Amino acid sequence: MPKRFASIWFRHLLTDWKAIRQPGLKGKAYVFAEPDHGRMLITALTDEAAKYGVTEGMTVADARVIAPELHVFDGKPGRNLKLLTGLAEWCLRYTPLIQLDPPDGLLLDVTGCTHLKGGEKAYLQEIVSRLKILGYDVRPAIADTIGTAWGVARCASSGLIVPEGEHRNALMPLPPSALRLPTAQLLKLRNLGLHQISSIIYIPNSVLRRRFGKDMVLRLQQALGQEVEYLFPLKEPVPYSERLECLEAIKTRPAIEIALNSLLEKLCERLYGEGLGLRAATFTWYRVDGKNGNISIGTNHASNRTEHLFKLFFNKLDTVTPGMGIELFVLDALKTEPVSDKQSELWSATGGADSEEVAELLDRVAGRIGTAHICRYLPGEHYWPERTPTPNTDVKKAPESEWRTDKPRPMQILDHPEPIEAMALTPDYPPKLFIWKGVQHVIVGADGPERIEREWWLEPGEHRDYYIAEDEAGCRYWLFRSGHYNAESNQHWYLHGFFA
Amino acid sequence: MTATKQEIISKLRQDMIRWEGFRPPQPGINNDLGLGPVAAAFPDGVFPTGAIHELISNSPEDTAASGGFIAGLVQKLLTNGGACLWISYTRRIYPPALKLFGVDPDRVIFVDVPMQKDVLWVTEEALKCEGVATVICETKDLSFAESQRLQLAVEKSRVTGFVLRKDVKKINTTACAARWQIRPVRSQLRSGMPGVGHPRWQVNLLKVRNGKPGSWTVEWKNQNFQTVIAPQIIEPARLYA
Repeated sequence: MPKRFASIWFRHLLTDWKAIRQPGLKGKAYVFAEPDHGRMLITALTDEAAKYGVTEGMTVADARVIAPELHVFDGKPGRNLKLLTGLAEWCLRYTPLIQLDPPDGLLLDVTGCTHLKGGEKAYLQEIVSRLKILGYDVRPAIADTIGTAWGVARCASSGLIVPEGEHRNALMPLPPSALRLPTAQLLKLRNLGLHQISSIIYIPNSVLRRRFGKDMVLRLQQALGQEVEYLFPLKEPVPYSERLECLEAIKTRPAIEIALNSLLEKLCERLYGEGLGLRAATFTWYRVDGKNGNISIGTNHASNRTEHLFKLFFNKLDTVTPGMGIELFVLDALKTEPVSDKQSELWSATGGADSEEVAELLDRVAGRIGTAHICRYLPGEHYWPERTPTPNTDVKKAPESEWRTDKPRPMQILDHPEPIEAMALTPDYPPKLFIWKGVQHVIVGADGPERIEREWWLEPGEHRDYYIAEDEAGCRYWLFRSGHYNAESNQHWYLHGFFA
Repeated sequence: MTATKQEIISKLRQDMIRWEGFRPPQPGINNDLGLGPVAAAFPDGVFPTGAIHELISNSPEDTAASGGFIAGLVQKLLTNGGACLWISYTRRIYPPALKLFGVDPDRVIFVDVPMQKDVLWVTEEALKCEGVATVICETKDLSFAESQRLQLAVEKSRVTGFVLRKDVKKINTTACAARWQIRPVRSQLRSGMPGVGHPRWQVNLLKVRNGKPGSWTVEWKNQNFQTVIAPQIIEPARLYA
C-alpha cells in the first residue's frame, strides 16, 4: 500500500490560541514579541496586523509607528511546542502516527486511515472544520511524501490533495520555499532568479550539491520520494489497542461504563484468540474541548476476563471528568503475557483451590491500597529474628527452605524491641521481675537463654540472649538481654514479643 | 398431642437457625476443627464455618493468645485448600510462629492496609471471594451494620472469617456468629519442673448464636487443641530459682 502523508499547517498558531483565550481580540491587530539583543522582536502576528505592513522579525518600536492600534503580548519560548503537543494528542483520533513539525505544523501518517471518514477530501474537511470550531486556522495537504505534503500545505493555492504519483507535478509550480530550506539558501535561489521548483528540478544533483550543499539535494529528493523519510511518532502505537468513537458526546457515568465494557470485550476477545492476557492497560478519554485524561490498571497475572478487568477499572472510574462531553475512548493494552490456564503453584499442597479468583481478588485490593502492601513471607536463612521472615511480593514463589520449628517463636513481635527495667539475680538466669510501661510483672516460669548472635557481616552490634518468661497472670513474653551480663553497669533488657 | 407440639417447635427452631444464615454441615466433609468439648457449645455440636467469629482482645498478650487460637483453627480450615488472608492495619504478627500452630506461613497472604478505613473494605472483598478459605481481619471498631455486611458476604461465599478486635473500648452488638475472648493462663509442666509449658488459654465463648456460651481451658499440644480440666486447687506460684 503506497504511503500517504498529511501535513497540517497552523497559519496563526500562537495568535489563534490567544484569541481562543480572549475572544475579544478576534479581528484585532495584535502581535507576540520576544526580547532579542535588547529589543523586542515580533514573533507572531495576525492577518490584521500584516495589513498595516507589520512583518515577522520587525522590532516592536517600528511596528508601533506604522500601526498605532497594535496590541503587543509577551511571547514565551517553547509555547508553540506545548500547543502543538496538545493538538497532536487531539489529532490522535485521526491517525495513531503523528509527528510534531515545529514551529507551526503537524505531520500525520494517514495511510489506511482516510477511508474511515469517507475519503481523503472528507477527512481533510473534517480536520479543518473541527479545528476551526476550536479556533485554529489551518491548511492541510495530503501527498505521497512528507516533503510534498509540507510544501503544498504552505505554498500551493489549490489542489491540497495531491493524487497518488502526482507529487512531482504538484511540486513544479511551487516556490523553492516549499522545500523546507533555510532562509540563506532561499535568498541565494532568489538572487539567482530561480523562483520555481520546476527550474531547479532539472539541474543535475551533482551541480546542485556543489552550488547549494547536500541538504538542498536531500530535501529535493525527499520531496520527490527518491529518498526515504521516516516519521517519528509522538506516541508509540500500541499493538493491542481498541478505540470507540462516540456519535454524540458522552457525559453520564452509565454511558462511560458501557463504553469501557464494550472496549474491554473487544480487546479481551482479541487477546483470548491469541492466548494472551493483559498485565497493564490504560483507558484514555478525549473530551470535546480538547482535553484528555486516562486511568491505568495493572494485574498480578495475565487476565483476559472482561468482568475482572472491568471491576479493576470500575474502582477508578470516579476520576473520569467528562466536562462538556467525551467523544473518543481508547483502551491500550500496554503489557500482555501468555495466559497460563492454571496457577496452582502456591496451592500445590492441596491443588483444589481456584487461584484465579484469589489472584483477581488481590488485583482488586492492589488497585485500592497499592501492590506494596500485599506480601507473603518466605523463610529467610537468617537467625536474627527480624530477618527470619523474608517479605516477598511474588504470589507464586515457593519457599526454598523449610520453616524452622525447633525454637519457639512469639506470635506477636514488636517492630522495635522496647526497653524494660528488669531485675536478674545471677548471670545466665532470666529476670525475676520486669517493669514494662509502668506495670510490674513477676516472672514465675522461664526458659532460656537462647543466644542469637548478631549477623556481623550485615550490621555491627551486641548479641542477644533471649528468654521466654511467664508472669503470674499467665502472660508469656519474649525478653532479651543485649550483650553480656555485667554486674557493674546497667543491664540492657528489652521486650521483643508475646507468645500465644 | 404434646409430642407433636414439641416436634413442631423443634422443627421451627431448626428452620429459624437456617433462616438466620446457619447451614447444617454437609455430610462427607470433615468439619471437626479439633476443638473437642468446645464445639459442643455450637448448634449441632459443630464449629460453624462459613460464618464470622469475633475475638475480643484488650492487650497485646490477649492478641497473641487469640492469634494462636486462630492459627490452630486455620490449620484445619486450610487442609481443604484455598487461600488465607491476614488483613490488618498495624500488624505485629510474626509469621514464623504460625508454623508452630500447623499453618505454613508462606501460604498466608498478609495485607497491610495503610488506612484504617480500608480494612473493612478489603475484608469484605476477601470474604466475597470463593477461592479464599479463611480471612483474618485485625481491626478496632466494628459497628453492627459493618458486621451485618460481613455476615451477608460469608453466607454466600461460605468463607470463614475471624475479626480480631484489638483495644476494644466498648463492646457493641454485632451480627457475628460467635464472640470469643482468649486469654493466656499459666502453663503447666509436671510439678517441680521449671520452665514454660505448652501454650494454654482461657477460652471464653461470650456469645454464640443458637448455642450455649461457656468457658474452657484449652492447651495447644502436639499440633492439636486439648481441653484441660482445670485443677480445682491452683498450686502456689512455683519458684524456679
